[in-house]
Amino acid sequence: MTLVLDVQDLCTSFHTRAGVVKAVNGVSFTLRKGEVLGLVGESGSGKTVTGFSLLGLVDAPGRIDRGRIVLNGQDLVGLPERELRKRRGRDIAMIFQDPIATLNPLLSIRTQMTMALDAHASMGRAAAEKRCVEVLEKVGIPDPRSRLDNYPHEFSGGMRQRVAIAIALLHNPSVIVADEPTTALDVSIQAQILHEMRSLAQETGTALIWISHDLATVSSLATRLLVMYAGRVVEEGPTAEVLNNPRHPYTRGLIDSLPATAEPGKPLSQIPGTTPSLLSLGQGCPFKPRCTYATDICDTAPALSAVTKRAWRCHHPLAMEGAA
Amino acid sequence: MDAFFEVENVVREFRPPVTLGDKIAARLGAKVEMRSVKAVNDVSLTLEKGKTLGLVGESGCGKSTLGKVAAGILAPTAGTVLLDGKPVMTDGRKQTTRVQTVFQDPFASLDPRMKVGDAVAEGPIEHGLVTRADARAYVLDWFARVGLDPSYANRYPHQFSGGQRQRIAIARALAMQPDLLICDEPVASLDVSIQAQVINLFLDLRRDLDLTCLFISHDLSVVRHVSDRVAVMYLGRIVEEAPTEALFEAPAHPYTRALIASIPKLVLNRETLVEFDPIAGEIPSPLSPPPGCYFAPRCPLAADRCRETAPDLRTTENGRRVACYFPVSTRGAD
Amino acid sequence: MSASDTQSPLRLFWREFSENKFAVGSLVVVVLLAVVAFLAPLLVPQDPYNLELLSLLDARRPPGFVGSGGYVHVLGTDPQGRDLLSAIFYGLRISIIIGLAAGAIALVLGTIVGIFAAYAGGWIETVLMRVIDLQLSFPAILLALVLVALLGQGKGQLIAALVAAQYAYFARTAYGAAKAERRKDYVEAALATPLAGYKVAVRHLLPNCMPPLIVVATVQIANAISLEATLSFLGLGLPVTEPSLGMLISNGFPYMMSGRYWISVFPGIALIILIVAINVVGDQIRDQFNPRLRK
Repeated sequence: MTLVLDVQDLCTSFHTRAGVVKAVNGVSFTLRKGEVLGLVGESGSGKTVTGFSLLGLVDAPGRIDRGRIVLNGQDLVGLPERELRKRRGRDIAMIFQDPIATLNPLLSIRTQMTMALDAHASMGRAAAEKRCVEVLEKVGIPDPRSRLDNYPHEFSGGMRQRVAIAIALLHNPSVIVADEPTTALDVSIQAQILHEMRSLAQETGTALIWISHDLATVSSLATRLLVMYAGRVVEEGPTAEVLNNPRHPYTRGLIDSLPATAEPGKPLSQIPGTTPSLLSLGQGCPFKPRCTYATDICDTAPALSAVTKRAWRCHHPLAMEGAA
Repeated sequence: MDAFFEVENVVREFRPPVTLGDKIAARLGAKVEMRSVKAVNDVSLTLEKGKTLGLVGESGCGKSTLGKVAAGILAPTAGTVLLDGKPVMTDGRKQTTRVQTVFQDPFASLDPRMKVGDAVAEGPIEHGLVTRADARAYVLDWFARVGLDPSYANRYPHQFSGGQRQRIAIARALAMQPDLLICDEPVASLDVSIQAQVINLFLDLRRDLDLTCLFISHDLSVVRHVSDRVAVMYLGRIVEEAPTEALFEAPAHPYTRALIASIPKLVLNRETLVEFDPIAGEIPSPLSPPPGCYFAPRCPLAADRCRETAPDLRTTENGRRVACYFPVSTRGAD
Repeated sequence: MSASDTQSPLRLFWREFSENKFAVGSLVVVVLLAVVAFLAPLLVPQDPYNLELLSLLDARRPPGFVGSGGYVHVLGTDPQGRDLLSAIFYGLRISIIIGLAAGAIALVLGTIVGIFAAYAGGWIETVLMRVIDLQLSFPAILLALVLVALLGQGKGQLIAALVAAQYAYFARTAYGAAKAERRKDYVEAALATPLAGYKVAVRHLLPNCMPPLIVVATVQIANAISLEATLSFLGLGLPVTEPSLGMLISNGFPYMMSGRYWISVFPGIALIILIVAINVVGDQIRDQFNPRLRK
């Protein structure tokens, strides 16, 4: 399958009054057509900033310090805003956690979708309406033709998120970045949306980057998983392999701390300590203070080790099943 | 059964305030629509001493409102809340310190301008649980028990992470020496690794202090982990209540079944792609709930009868209560 | 997490404040003017209130003139023969005292009314806030004029008039802040302990309502000073024997066109510097309290 996105050594930092926050620190990954990549991490891991960087949406005091973001053969880093705007929405689109923030409350859905269409394509009214109805239908909005003239407040939370997804789909972008798109929704609605997204990715061939803190939702959707911690990718690989047989102690800790994996009433296995401040990161492995396997060598930053489809950044990787 | 804590036929309505304009319009003969929302609709629950009842439901189902009524924060519109046979609230005033609450968002539930040690000491001093002179030692003891460095007592909330703040909020509630702890989504705003720490702390303290708990959460796996019994709410009503394992292993109400089915599970095996079975449709507006069973419009089993009159919550086998005309048979499963 | 234990909100506030050099400069100016005003008797050659020291021979002399007292009138003299520098320092003193007193009393009164209204709710809230709204719809200067006319001249009367004209701004602000804070979880948590309502209001609600009130206070102190100057300019403020800045400006007004600019201009400049400096400080405080402008 063809490569649509190639991110190499992406570094994004925020220059604040308290110091430089290295929110994304050397992130690299690739994305193929139709692939669903899960980007997992806790707050402060840099997963959201990575998503924003891909669309060139990092605002001052943040900026991309270095790295390449090659979308369909073209490096986006350093492109002027005018050029970025041409690609945003057409080649790469984003879905946010809060659909209320993305939709303009004063404009009807028809107006907003038409504006999004006009940004990158010129088509007649009839064709535009046809396209809008088509995508709304695709995301499971019943009776789309009549809902076109509704305003955002006339939709429920789940329906609003569907509209936001529909707008992202308008131009059949190569990549959609979805930042916690189901976190604000109820479980029953979340299940519906996950269901839709999975079939959409299969049908349209759009590659999807699914950013979430929730391993469970990601695992049901993503074919490949990227685990982030303190701005770095600590582990990468096919979802099932990473979850069944994590190599990085942090990934192991995340999986084990889920209540669903423990016996009810018994203490959960927990990762001690708290996530480090990105302001005061030293040279070594950022997970060292919380890691049970840490030794002196962890004071130097571990390089990325890779075997076939898997990669991890740890001096003491956990044993491969069967290999140990 | 030893009913330590009882919620009896509690109703809590919310009415939009009647404005002067509405009153004038009503005087002039116009029909002013008095729309009220029954956030909690005739709910009865009992809780034995030392047990934890999990309360689950989706947003807007009234679980938080029920929690506030149980905690003596909101007065019920009808019905009573009794702790040891005595009302928690009379005439809109909370009567007891024995019920305390841990709130969802530790960033909002701590006064940003009060040192955290003072926040923990405030209630106990006020209610004579500790003298002003001994308060300092008392607070430091609680800090140690919730796993915080006692030297942190002089800090302000903004100096703490979310998990630490929630520990402070737990210390504040427990320093009141409650018998019943209401936990309203206590880990919903925390990261996964921190969530596990706080749940473990909760389990330890519950055991050490012999606490009775009402644990409210939208996260079914968390509730399953900490509760002895679980009640499921939908649009202000309890649709099912049962011992935790029975409820999760063999849900009787179609809504409970669907809810459990839609929990995203860790998919460890790529070959067997889990098929989602999402509940169709959305929660109806509480302003105009459907007649009959509120779940009927989304229910695959609904019959005419369900759409006409709402089923009562009836006790079936093994202490399970379910409000459905066609409960899935659980005999043999329990 | 920071290592220090003493990261009180006040300290953090000052750290951020000190980054705006212009605001720090203005604060220095305000403090300097206040010091000068309060030490005026020690700093100036003449007591401008002592009519016996004044000689009409020295009246309306230009800056640099050496008068009958044998010292240089650095900024010249006014129509009564007062040394202008002395008069300005004493005038600043009156301005600042009146501004602070009126501001402080209005702050306390307005805060009590506003928080009480927000806390009480029901018809008390409606009545109190409608009265406040009604008052806010009048220009403050009009209200102050009417009150001064009714109460007569004198410092106490002037302060009373200014408080009456200004407390409504504080009440409105306190009410809005208290309404917003009232809904927050920490207030609910305190009430759920349970703690008595008034204790929650004093211990939790009040401290959290202070930031917007402090902003309003700085603006209102500046406003009180300019209101007082306006009233004095119109001859309704303090008695002629205690000239404030407004009265000095008014005294020099007839001579503006005859080249004796200094009588009006120097007191005017002093007034402008004081008010602008207070407003700059107030602006910085407001910006720091506004979460949307935070970095």
